[in-house]
Amino acid sequence: MPGKLKVKIVAGRHLPVMDRASDLTDAFVEVKFGNTTFKTDVYPKSLNPQWNSEWFKFEVDDEELQDEPLQITVLDHDTYSANDAIGKVYIDIDPLLYSEAATVISGWFPIYDTIHGIRGEINVVVKVDLFNDLNRFRQSSCGVKFFCTTSIPKCYRAVIIHGFVEELVVNEDPEYQWIDRIRTPRASNEARQRLISLMSGELQRKIGLKVLEMRGNAVVGYLQCFDLEGESGLVVRAIGTVCTLDKLSNTSAFLPACNSPSKEMKESPLVHPPSHGCRSTHNSPIHTATGSRLTQNFSVSVPTLIYTGMGSGSAGKEGGPFKTLLRQQTQSALEQREFPFFTLTTFPPGFLVHVGGVVSARSVKLLDRIHNPDEPETRDAWWAEIRQEIKSHAKALGCHAVVGYSESTSICEEVCILSASGTAAVLNPRFLQDGTVEGCLEQRIEEASPPGCGFCHIPYDELNMPFPAHLTYCYNCRKQKVPDVLFTTIDLPVEAIVIGKGCLIQARLCRLKKKAQAEANATSISNLLPFMEYEVHTQLMNKLKLRGMNALFGLRIQITVGENMLMGLASATGVYLAALPTPGGIQIAGKTPNDGTYEQHISHMQKKINDTIAKNKELYEINPPELPEEIIGSPIPEPRQRSRLLRSQSESSDEVTELDLSHGKKDAFVLEIDDTDAMEDVHSLLTDAPPPSGFYSCNTEIMPGISNWTPEIQMFTAVRVSRLGNINLTNQTLNKNFNDLCENLLKSLYFKLRSMVPCCLCHVNFTVALPEDELVQIAVTAVAITFDKNQTLQANKAPTEKSQQRASTDNEEQLQFPLELCPDPLASQPSLPAKEVLEGATSQTGIPAAQRDRCNSWIELIKLKAQTIRRGSIKTTASLDKTSPLAEGYLRHRSVPSCTNSTVSVVKMTPLSFLPGAKITKYLGIINMFFIRETTSLREEGGVSGFLHAFIAEVFAMVRAHVAALGGNAVVSYIMKQCVFMENPNKNQAQCLINVSGDAVIFVRESELEMLPVQPSTVVSQPTSSGGDVTT
Amino acid sequence: MTSDLDIFVGNTTLIDEEVYQLWLDGYTVSEAVSRRLRGGLLERSGTSVSVLQSDTRDHFRTFQMLERLLHSPPRLCQQLLFQIPPPRQAALIQGYYAFEPALARELLGKKLSKGTKKELDEVSARTGLSLRACRRQFDNFKRVFKAVEELKGPLAELIQQHFLLPPPLARDYAAIVFFANSRFETGKRRLQFLSFGDLAACAQHMMGHWTQGAMTPEAAEPDGDVPRSFLQDLKELKVLVSDKDLLDQHKSLVCSALRGKISVYNEMETNFKALSRALVNVGLKLPHPRDVRDFFVDLVEKVLDPCRSDHWSLGDLRLFLGSYTTAPRALGGFRHQLLWERYMAGISACLLRMYHE
Repeated sequence: MPGKLKVKIVAGRHLPVMDRASDLTDAFVEVKFGNTTFKTDVYPKSLNPQWNSEWFKFEVDDEELQDEPLQITVLDHDTYSANDAIGKVYIDIDPLLYSEAATVISGWFPIYDTIHGIRGEINVVVKVDLFNDLNRFRQSSCGVKFFCTTSIPKCYRAVIIHGFVEELVVNEDPEYQWIDRIRTPRASNEARQRLISLMSGELQRKIGLKVLEMRGNAVVGYLQCFDLEGESGLVVRAIGTVCTLDKLSNTSAFLPACNSPSKEMKESPLVHPPSHGCRSTHNSPIHTATGSRLTQNFSVSVPTLIYTGMGSGSAGKEGGPFKTLLRQQTQSALEQREFPFFTLTTFPPGFLVHVGGVVSARSVKLLDRIHNPDEPETRDAWWAEIRQEIKSHAKALGCHAVVGYSESTSICEEVCILSASGTAAVLNPRFLQDGTVEGCLEQRIEEASPPGCGFCHIPYDELNMPFPAHLTYCYNCRKQKVPDVLFTTIDLPVEAIVIGKGCLIQARLCRLKKKAQAEANATSISNLLPFMEYEVHTQLMNKLKLRGMNALFGLRIQITVGENMLMGLASATGVYLAALPTPGGIQIAGKTPNDGTYEQHISHMQKKINDTIAKNKELYEINPPELPEEIIGSPIPEPRQRSRLLRSQSESSDEVTELDLSHGKKDAFVLEIDDTDAMEDVHSLLTDAPPPSGFYSCNTEIMPGISNWTPEIQMFTAVRVSRLGNINLTNQTLNKNFNDLCENLLKSLYFKLRSMVPCCLCHVNFTVALPEDELVQIAVTAVAITFDKNQTLQANKAPTEKSQQRASTDNEEQLQFPLELCPDPLASQPSLPAKEVLEGATSQTGIPAAQRDRCNSWIELIKLKAQTIRRGSIKTTASLDKTSPLAEGYLRHRSVPSCTNSTVSVVKMTPLSFLPGAKITKYLGIINMFFIRETTSLREEGGVSGFLHAFIAEVFAMVRAHVAALGGNAVVSYIMKQCVFMENPNKNQAQCLINVSGDAVIFVRESELEMLPVQPSTVVSQPTSSGGDVTT
Repeated sequence: MTSDLDIFVGNTTLIDEEVYQLWLDGYTVSEAVSRRLRGGLLERSGTSVSVLQSDTRDHFRTFQMLERLLHSPPRLCQQLLFQIPPPRQAALIQGYYAFEPALARELLGKKLSKGTKKELDEVSARTGLSLRACRRQFDNFKRVFKAVEELKGPLAELIQQHFLLPPPLARDYAAIVFFANSRFETGKRRLQFLSFGDLAACAQHMMGHWTQGAMTPEAAEPDGDVPRSFLQDLKELKVLVSDKDLLDQHKSLVCSALRGKISVYNEMETNFKALSRALVNVGLKLPHPRDVRDFFVDLVEKVLDPCRSDHWSLGDLRLFLGSYTTAPRALGGFRHQLLWERYMAGISACLLRMYHE
């Protein structure tokens, strides 16, 4: 009996009129937890009842505390007939179960009814007394912290990053139970809401147990999704990254420990050969389904693509022995782990050594062939298969880890596409392993790759490349090979040197498919998938080049399956990485070069493309320094010679060699126009309108090239459902319609937010669904953040300087990491100086660049070390200074609640992990909410738009209310994971399911922080520990 | 390709003031779109008509959802559904409750009933306001009227409290409620020269001087009504015109006070008895609900018109009313000094406000 849950019902307000005769309501409240129910007295004839109940006490064990939601039902008392329900409030009490989060939940909650929406509010106070210390809770997993944020949360530091955790639970969907035929829609919806809430709790508890097993204390990048499989059940699954986190105020105690690299995690399976990939290629596109997979249920494994860049094989050439040794060591560590995956997208500096490229795997399954639908085994096996595939792709890229990892499904009737994707990477074992030998080795390797470009260097062997690619020496350090293009699913590493600004790049694609049943359907889908992947990739590549950029971050490819079509939508943020070569232009080649008018047409198009590229370069301020030129003249072997051969992936023709573009010395990317399709493609390339002036957009956390955010933010969700013509649909018209739909949506966002200019849409997240034949639903969630234009201008003058500056100031994570993760000088060192040092050293000694590797000369190494250590120490002090205002936040947050005097406290919401101009001082727990809304009077509620508009507003309101009740003033890493909308206009009905999550936090404005006198850090820790009870 | 569903929901509710005004003015979505087009928005922001349509629809939908809350402004401030910064909330409320003076002028003194609401299309035609806007404003009047009908205390403050309106707007609403209660006739052609502002000011003067709220803060009767006791007492003033002696004394007191001070002395002297009779009779009619409606007509026809035809200046009128009010202090047989001055303070203020073309 380890816990006592106490609930007090204080009052209600704005209740609906339940008694038409008196225009009043006789309300009372039922409080239910598990199987125990309490009731308040009836408060007669009032729309604003004051119950002021006693404390209702539930004595429950901790397992129940974790699984069950607290359920509060407001009813209208009726003497003669059954009491009418007004609505319900579900409260997840999980945040009360760990000591550092909230200690009380208290506030006004909207009373929600699945048929009527919000109907008034109720004031509730909830507390939990845990009787035992945390150790006793090991049977359950109270005390494990969960974060949706995909980076190390701001006020923590990562002691160890353990790795991947996943879990999946299955249940029968109440909507498909026999009883659903006889119960009301309300009862059915409530059963579903309650079930998902229970399943989420159970899932979280199970994951917590795994975390404890791995000796972690937190899950970061926690992503929970549910799959409505229909007849075969309802699946709730989650993945995350297990970490051991330390509250930052305790830093001093941990600092010494950080100095030794051995502190980090033991088992992590990372390898760190230097690598960067940049270029996407098709790796033999089809491993078709194998017999063994078909045994139990029909399944088609779809070819996976590996998008990667190629790096010059520094691995092969250089330091053979060291590398091999390292590889072996890390590999063996890796092997101990089943899946060396990380759901994080942002990492402590130095963690990410090299990036190979995007790896993804998809598989088509038939849900009606699951033998034991109620058991999770089959789904577990499916996902294990896919993960295995991802792992092997990563290996093929010379990487032993996958970062920025995510999983998703798309279901249509009985067909389900499972997808997983991530970025193959080499991680620094320092964070994961013990061992002094390795420590030395690693250190050496790291030194060889300066942080500003290190992650771009290829991880694979140049002589044994997994796919054809085009390598050059890194434009930054000149030491190692880099691919010409790099695709990743992670956020731009803070230390990366970027030229100019970034921009949102989308590839959009539709493919018609015959309606079919079962295996035939699954087969046709899996036959289409590789072509879609390929085309999406080609589009991305073209659009990237059109913008004069050479890398994509935050790549997310969503393939959605419908009855008669497949849709692909890829979003990413394009940037120009200084380390990668300048992209070539796009060259159009005609098929029939003798036709004069045709030729003219082609040259016209060519001109348009060239103009667009030039314009884009200006727009995104891409002015790479000419400096590389000189160095190229030096001993580095001319990289371009080889390049042409490797271009083969796109439809380059033989003439390619003849065509040279004015866009720099790089060879052009050639588009051959041999049919109308290709023509369309080129046209569609040019139709993407740039955002209006003053607007930027990206789908990553931070916009490269903008650093001076102002605190104004506006998070929003926009949803559109469009009918795509009806008959005579062709792939082209579909593509065009889909493209227009997305473009118009973006345009209308820019228009709506025009008053915020200059601003940037960050974390733009599109999701596509095909709810019915010919209906396409697109939902976008993003945040608009304003920035200060003047400062931008200044910053533009010195782009490199700025990027370094950004590395140390922009992102709060960085402030913490240098501090905690040990003053390893290299990790946090600004990249440019390092590069100079390297270059300087080599040019003096006159060693050809090709041989310049880390084991080249011990003298150099020692020199380097001396340099970096000096720098490192400076850096550390700097970061110490920086952290002091952060620490003050803890003091300051006491005053936050009192500051918000207005009747309703403002709660900010953002899909980002931070709030511009503010410090997050406390994480209050995860928000994970699931709602169903249904109506049988669609027209009266303003049609589908009115219905969904109101529902989304209600969801926001309920999220805000929960956060406010926890004592928070913001939700970060907010995400709408699901928005399933179904309508039946003929019956005047509609139903919608929404699942959202995020982290409730307390933040303090930096301007407020500055007003406080600087406090010694020792003082700081006290308020932190007592912070919990302050936040009421 | 048509968009069946097209919505945008911000965590902070996005409000476009221009579109809000168009909505308040009662335009339909398509009318509002064409108005916005005419405003040159398209050129300025380089967008398309379809974007503008979608944006307008979205805003209108938001406003429709907000409307329910705007009916009870304190709820707007407490509700959790729309996160709106307080200054924005205030602007929304103020915009929603703002009204066209021409419309209010038309409705002054009319019963805020369904019948009147049905006549709104005529009002709409006369004022050039859209019928929808007329209805909204009418409903606002009625809602405010209903809300304070049973309440005690100073009307303007009550309205400010219940509807969170800025003080000047709350005072205007108080005037409207006052007129709706008292049902003064204001529609006669003779009264057309009086603007809403004039009449609202009169109502405020009357409330200020006559109603109980003005005298004692914790009044027993609502502020919108002039207290019965006061009206009954007004009968006592009859002596001022019925008693020949008193009338003559009053006249000589006023004359001696004003001699040489006003330019229309002779006319004043000639007309004194008629004026005095008119001024007192207005008061005598007030207790009778049926006669009360003639209040403004009487003031204009029997007091202001004679003055005007004799070319009194506003200053003359002010001086006259001043000494006319204070003179009875010296009248030996007159015992209702306080009552008289309270009555005349209201009347004088009204007359001075109304004395213009």
